[in-house]
Amino acid sequence: MAQAAPAPQGDIRSSYLRDTQRRRLYSLVLVAIFIACLVSGLKLAQSRNAGGFINGLPQLFAFPSEVVSEAVQKAVNLPGLLLKYLPSLIETINIAGVSTLVGAILATVLSLLSTRGLARWPILIPVFRRAMDLMRAVPEVVIALVLIFVLGGGPVAAMIAIALHTTGALGKLFSEVNENADLRPVEGLASVGSNWSQRMWFAVIPQVVPNYLSYSMMRFEINIRASAILGFVGSGGIGYDLRNAMSWGKGRYDEVAAIFILLFVTIVLVDQLSSMYRNRLVKGSHHA
Amino acid sequence: MPEVAVGIDVRQHSLDLFRRKRLFSLGVPLIVLAYLAYIFVTFDFAGVASRANPDNARTLIGDSYSYKTHVTRDNRSGAFSIAIEGETKGTYPPGMSPEWVKVDDDNAVVELEGGASVEFIGDRVRMTLPGYGVIEVTSGSGGIDLVLPTDVVPDWINASNTRVSITTPSGRVQVTRSKTDVFRYAFGWELFFFTLDSPFYGRSFGELGALIVSPVEIVPGKPNLVAMAEEFWTNKMWRHGDVAWALFETVLMAFLGTFGAALIALPVAFLAASNFTPSRWIRFAFRRVFDFLRGVDGLIWTIILSRAFGPGPMTGALAILLTDTGSFGKLFSEALENVDDRQIEGVQSTGASTLQRQRFGVMPQITPVLLSQLLYYFESNTRSATVIGAIVGGGIGLLLTQAISTQKDWEEVTYYIVLIVVMVMTIDGISAWLRRRLISGAPALH
Repeated sequence: MAQAAPAPQGDIRSSYLRDTQRRRLYSLVLVAIFIACLVSGLKLAQSRNAGGFINGLPQLFAFPSEVVSEAVQKAVNLPGLLLKYLPSLIETINIAGVSTLVGAILATVLSLLSTRGLARWPILIPVFRRAMDLMRAVPEVVIALVLIFVLGGGPVAAMIAIALHTTGALGKLFSEVNENADLRPVEGLASVGSNWSQRMWFAVIPQVVPNYLSYSMMRFEINIRASAILGFVGSGGIGYDLRNAMSWGKGRYDEVAAIFILLFVTIVLVDQLSSMYRNRLVKGSHHA
Repeated sequence: MPEVAVGIDVRQHSLDLFRRKRLFSLGVPLIVLAYLAYIFVTFDFAGVASRANPDNARTLIGDSYSYKTHVTRDNRSGAFSIAIEGETKGTYPPGMSPEWVKVDDDNAVVELEGGASVEFIGDRVRMTLPGYGVIEVTSGSGGIDLVLPTDVVPDWINASNTRVSITTPSGRVQVTRSKTDVFRYAFGWELFFFTLDSPFYGRSFGELGALIVSPVEIVPGKPNLVAMAEEFWTNKMWRHGDVAWALFETVLMAFLGTFGAALIALPVAFLAASNFTPSRWIRFAFRRVFDFLRGVDGLIWTIILSRAFGPGPMTGALAILLTDTGSFGKLFSEALENVDDRQIEGVQSTGASTLQRQRFGVMPQITPVLLSQLLYYFESNTRSATVIGAIVGGGIGLLLTQAISTQKDWEEVTYYIVLIVVMVMTIDGISAWLRRRLISGAPALH
């Protein structure tokens, strides 16, 4: 160190340049590896795909244009079809809604149980954490398919599957929120002899509710998409109708078009509403 | 005087506030309950509970940790065959049998758990159950004849003129005119490492370990370890090699989709950010493109793309890519709008060109945010790729749906689920680790 201080400027300059060059080299190598992975991955995916990318490209618009042209031809039917599929759409939304609700409630409990300083049984924190990790890691489709075998097709299988995943996903986010909660109200309530659930309900929940709501809204958005997809795999809702409509093939594509429209409008609407509401929540919590 | 007025006002105000809060804290749980009740009725929970098939659940759970071996006698030819799960792939070659079966020409003895046994004597089957007695079933051209030690047929025996099935905890016997089956249950996943035709079948781990170091080659021309790995990899029952490929394909879909989308979305995001694109119309147009890509959900993209490109990982990757281009476009343009201008001005003051300003003024600010978002999406897309694979027919999602649709290979389903969970958790762990490094090491990236 004593030697470094009086070192001539040229040394600093060259060592800086050396450092920069080395860093640049590292970044270059990383980027090269990344590009190599990407290109070879693309090639591999291409070779393992049934139809090639280049061959399929001209057909990319064949199906959408068929759907659109049929929908335009039978435009008179469209309002009727939209009405016909409305109940299934409501079912899809309900699956998402109830699984978000149940998931959020379970996640609240689990996250409180797994936050240091708040947990009821501090020894069990790792257990609850791993349980949430596990619930988060299992894709919804896995649980849904197994449940369809046991419960039969229908919205309940999808609901349970999505609720389980939501519990894991929200639980992690909620416990991050809990960690930032002010502990003084909790201590205050503890000093007057309240039990654990009272402390949580009156001292923690009011602090974290805006963030919880915001995350739950985001999850609701994701869950609508998930419930549509699960319907396609076999449980109820609009996804199931979409698969049926697709299997009828040409001549009934106006039904496909109606379902596409319903799904698109719903997703965009929920997206917009939730981001609007979330903005308000965040602003509201800043004011408070 | 005014102080008093203010006091009343505050009091009134806080009373109002309390009332509203009380109403709220009572109303919200009520609304939640009402909604749940509505769902209970519309989703027909009562109907689901009555339609639910507990037998299916039992086979599913039982199958996931145990397996059964079938000992079958063809009642027309009198020939015996022994097969694990009744599959051709698991059939014992002639002359080979587990130690609990003894076959000599026309007769055979099968020992079951708990001292029970089943004897085949020509067309007659005699089952000895400790604590119950001897059951004799004879299948002949006239029908199936059942002789029990008691007068009443117990409810674990299901008998008719054409079919008798006896279900006990130690095993099951099923007799029809054409064949007689004995099922013996055992714990574990059968033939998980080596199938019956493999030279390594039936050896303990100790023996296998000794083989690895021994110079005697079991498969001529190959070191034992290599031969073992090959036998394991090509296991006909579990197809470990194919499963590994399928897992890799799923990760590949997620990788190509996520990073491909990021590469497309990054430059385009500049065009949708208000501080880089002054033109309102261009911004508006690009934002609507992003909204459209996101709004046409992954499901619809998957259907449209699989029509054009057929099943496979490329189709899945493209479906993820299209949806995520929309998400990334939105996220990136928001990140760009939050960029600190001072840093850009600083770079500009040195006489940097537009491109250099972006590279040295903007990128260092947004790279950590972008990368951590990307990694987060990569993990989430690994899960999506499983679902998309189930729809387009690629990766582990395809294997899973195939195994579930046979409704009997639940041990394979369990195996796949374990692998999927391990895969997702690994990716999650790696991405969380990288994100932590990125955030703590963020200054190094500048």
